Amino acid sequence: MGMELYLDLLSQPCRAVYIFAKKNNIPFEFKHVELFKGQHCREEFGKINILKKVPALKDGVFTLAESTAILLYLSRKYNTPDHWYPSDTQKRARVDEYLSWHHTNIRGNAGKTLWIKVLIPLFTGQTLPPEKLQEVMDELAISLKQFEEKFLQDKPFIVGSEISLADLMAIVELMQPIGVGCDIFEDRPKLSEWRNQVEEAVGKELFQEAHELILNIKELSNIQIDPQLKEHLAPVLRKMMK
Amino acid sequence: MVVELFLDLLSQPCRAVFIFAKKNNIPFEFKHVELLKGEWKAPVPVGMNWVEEFGKVNVLKKVPALKDGAFTLAESIAILLYLSRKFNTPDHWYPSDLQKRARVDEYLSWQHTTIREKGCKVFITKVLVPLILGEPFSPEKLETAVEELNSALKQFEEKFLQNKPFIVGNEISLADLMAIVELMEPVGCGCDIFENKPKLMEWRSRVEEAVGKELFQQAHEILLNVKNLSTTQLPPELSESLKQLLKP
Repeated sequence: MGMELYLDLLSQPCRAVYIFAKKNNIPFEFKHVELFKGQHCREEFGKINILKKVPALKDGVFTLAESTAILLYLSRKYNTPDHWYPSDTQKRARVDEYLSWHHTNIRGNAGKTLWIKVLIPLFTGQTLPPEKLQEVMDELAISLKQFEEKFLQDKPFIVGSEISLADLMAIVELMQPIGVGCDIFEDRPKLSEWRNQVEEAVGKELFQEAHELILNIKELSNIQIDPQLKEHLAPVLRKMMK
Repeated sequence: MVVELFLDLLSQPCRAVFIFAKKNNIPFEFKHVELLKGEWKAPVPVGMNWVEEFGKVNVLKKVPALKDGAFTLAESIAILLYLSRKFNTPDHWYPSDLQKRARVDEYLSWQHTTIREKGCKVFITKVLVPLILGEPFSPEKLETAVEELNSALKQFEEKFLQNKPFIVGNEISLADLMAIVELMEPVGCGCDIFENKPKLMEWRSRVEEAVGKELFQQAHEILLNVKNLSTTQLPPELSESLKQLLKP
């Protein structure tokens, strides 16, 4: 039995895992877990990942959650090119440093744009006042400033001259606001340049393929939401709408 | 030149780095950055002008931070991994076995927005907000914070600990270390989240023993005496800027 990757490409960390596996020709079976259909909430998926989140990996009897852990596992098992997670101690530390900071900075904020502009209206039928989006964009702006000052600086990539897992995790997250029409690259030339470099290093075709769903998210406004999912998300939605 | 570690043991990730370095006899210079004196934010006048240097060590102005010659590093996980590699620490901290290592990575990734975030929230609600605003803590807000932490703890026990002695098998790893220091934070402010959770209690005892009771106590001394903080005077500029952060 081959390796299985449980993914929904609407999810940023799923895109990172997908791109990484494809780019490195890692053989895997794509197991589609459709978030809008609430498939991640089902018992069956719970056996793969009791946390009921994507991405998840199944390699024989071994199951694994958390995109960072999955990426590192794949890089080691399949001996991927050094630049993804450099063996040089200090370069490797720089990747670790970004991957750690990412969780509560870029990741928290970039994803909220999708919730505010698309998901909350979709699930609750209510649109949020523009101030809500502005709040999120302001916070994201702070993270982006730190990203440019501390992590990118004047380098082509976060760690020197080649793409690494750090750039990959960052880019997929920053494409989320793009998908909902918040162009965070506009007026940020350095960031824009970095984005182009990352896209090229990944390969434009693969990048597009991975981002097709999120870039067409507005077409999902007619989608039927699984009622169980609505219920499951109700507390999260209420909290975000406050 | 010896590694410099910029730490305040009030901070959970600082305790993890401190314990790890001490336990593994890693030579380092302890550079005390006193969070409640605002030393992370602004240069302190007279005698402490090395603190201006702190912004150069970590432009994010957070602890812990590491300086190894010209190399500076932020983020406790990155620091722990760096130290484990540079000083070739025993395998169990970050096992070379692929799957065990993945389990450590999995916990370290998950904990940011769960155990860490919710543990912090309890401490902030019970101790820091009152300190900053000069008012008693809100029992409702504390209850919510504790509930959220308990929710995360449930996942911790079900997914990460299960029936094992440690998160990854039979020996302590970086995962247990990061978990324990976070969970001590609510304990330090009088919220005993271990109470009525026998499995968690047992795990805690095992982790304390694996670390060494003396070192564990030493690392947690400031936290466990945090009641003394209520009389701490925050410097006015720090107080003002923190008040701003707390505005709803």
